[in-house]
Amino acid sequence: MAKRIDVKDLNIYYGKFHAVDGVTLSVPPRSVTAFIGPSGCGKSTVLRSLNRMHEVIPGARVEGDVLLDGQNIYASAVDPVQVRRTIGMVFQRPNPFPTMSIRDNVVAGLKLAGVRNKSQLDEVAERALRGANLWNEVKDRLNRPGGGLSGGQQQRLCIARAIAVRPDVLLMDEPCSALDPISTLAIEDLITELKKDYTIVIVTHNMQQAARVSDQTAFFNLAGVGQPGRLVEIDDTEKIFSNPTQKATEDYISGRFG
Amino acid sequence: MSESSATPTPAGASVDSGNTGVGGRVPSADTTPEGPISAQPVTGNKTKVRPGDRIFRGLTTGSGVLVVVLIGLIGLFLLVQAIPSIGLDQVNFLTSREWSTNDPANLRFGILDLLLVTVATSVVALVIAMPVSLGIALFLTQYAPPKLARPFAYAVDLLAAVPSIIFGLWGLYVLAPQLAPIASWLNDTLGFIPIFADGNVSSEIGGTIFTAGVVLGIMLLPIITSLTREVFQRTPVAQIEGALALGATRWEVIRTTVLPFGKAGYISASMLGLGRALGETIALTIILLAPSTTFGGSIFDGGATFASKIASASSEFNDPRSVGAYITAGLVLFLLTFLVNFAGRAIVSGKKEYR
Ligand SMILES: Nc1ncnc2c1ncn2[C@@H]1O[C@H](COP(=O)(O)OP(=O)(O)OP(=O)(O)O)[C@@H](O)[C@H]1O
Ligand SMILES: [Mg+2]
Repeated sequence: MAKRIDVKDLNIYYGKFHAVDGVTLSVPPRSVTAFIGPSGCGKSTVLRSLNRMHEVIPGARVEGDVLLDGQNIYASAVDPVQVRRTIGMVFQRPNPFPTMSIRDNVVAGLKLAGVRNKSQLDEVAERALRGANLWNEVKDRLNRPGGGLSGGQQQRLCIARAIAVRPDVLLMDEPCSALDPISTLAIEDLITELKKDYTIVIVTHNMQQAARVSDQTAFFNLAGVGQPGRLVEIDDTEKIFSNPTQKATEDYISGRFG
Repeated sequence: MSESSATPTPAGASVDSGNTGVGGRVPSADTTPEGPISAQPVTGNKTKVRPGDRIFRGLTTGSGVLVVVLIGLIGLFLLVQAIPSIGLDQVNFLTSREWSTNDPANLRFGILDLLLVTVATSVVALVIAMPVSLGIALFLTQYAPPKLARPFAYAVDLLAAVPSIIFGLWGLYVLAPQLAPIASWLNDTLGFIPIFADGNVSSEIGGTIFTAGVVLGIMLLPIITSLTREVFQRTPVAQIEGALALGATRWEVIRTTVLPFGKAGYISASMLGLGRALGETIALTIILLAPSTTFGGSIFDGGATFASKIASASSEFNDPRSVGAYITAGLVLFLLTFLVNFAGRAIVSGKKEYR
């Protein structure tokens, strides 16, 4: 549970396009790290390379090392499927499996891992739904389709699905961007809650959200049009928002960007 | 300089987050000026119909009505022609297996045999075409490298362009001899099951329901494959990635997302194929041998389907009373195809809640 991540000199490509250049950063266990930066600077790309989701895009590849508690997830002997089982991901748009019931959505990952015991699945479903603050809202309709929930509920369902397999790390790509303020707060509270057990990396365009939920913040930027995105700086959130080292960071967070 | 102004939650940041469109987090003031656009239809005159709209609606409604009218007229034609000849029929036309229309004064025709052979041929075709099409569609959309997938898909589509008379000739003269050993093996090992029992025509020539079904199955491949492929391709990427992020292997991704998403489309594609199979004429007319006895329930029987029976008799259409017998058979085929289409639709809409 809750492992640390060390990224070393990561270069990420989409075919010939060099999308992200030379990222090096560390994420301590049981902490929240926020990725901020202008659109197109490669936040999602970096995030997706942390659980080897980047390479599912045709032609996409990664150079460099990502160490999970010292183990390189890009080592040749490592199975990407296994990596994704230990590093969970929540997407920008909630994506529950529409043909599955709420309960089956939550335990989908466990079923993939070969768990068949019904009472164990039920138990995990309840624990994960409670963990995602969704249990009370859905406990009477666990066998209804997951697509029938509201957007915020669907997103929490997706979080429940991701934590049901007890991953070491939880990656979230703008998890609140399609949600209303109430659901957003619910998810922010949840992130603070989950921090006790998980290492969390979250991409967000919402500066207050980064300030509210994260322990450290990484600012990404583009050197120019057509240039690869790069990590400008990473530091304690408090420091980034009050006294950033780089001028670009300060300009960005104070809204004087571009 | 500005260090003092920057706070943990800087005021400037809220402006930024407001317009980077964080999905309706803050109802920004920009949305109100858009009012006039939505207000216009309410305050202005009642829904004004523009000429372009009217013409287009007329055209589309017209074409829709035309189709319905055409189908109705065809049905009516069949009914009007069929009813009098049913009256002349000396045997029960639903349950009899007899078919003799040479003497217009003594018409003896029943559709049971035709119905059974038609259904049997189509079922054999579907049993072959459904799994193979599913495999091809999955291969093309999930496994084949894009460079290979395109020409391969094109080749499968080309299969639909081969005229059915070619399929018939190829089936009888090329495929049937190849199938003969398989047929005799099935007959030898599984002959105790009625559908694999000895047939009523010579198995060497291969004019059997089995041969006809295999050829028909090949003819259905492009139909079922192309529709199924389209549906599979439309599986939302978000769902595929959701499964991958949970640690699904490629096959598990297919099982959890592609198949559930495409199931209804696959079934309706198969139903469409079945509709096509029921009415296929010329290939079956060439392949199927007319036996001296009636259909005994084995796929190694010969026989005639509705369509092949009508086609092979068409040269002898001289007395309107005997023609009526064939039209009656046509009417049943028409209804059967309708039924299949309805069944397909019912299956597709059955699990609507989950889509
Ligand atoms: N599938 C893809 N194929 C090719 N290029 C891509 C693909 N996805 C992203 N890119 C490119 O990679 C760069 C980084 O994109 P990325 O999605 O990581 O940005 P981001 O920081 O997440 O932006 P946003 O804030 O808008 O989500 C962009 O230039 C983008 O155009
Ligand atoms: Mg992004």
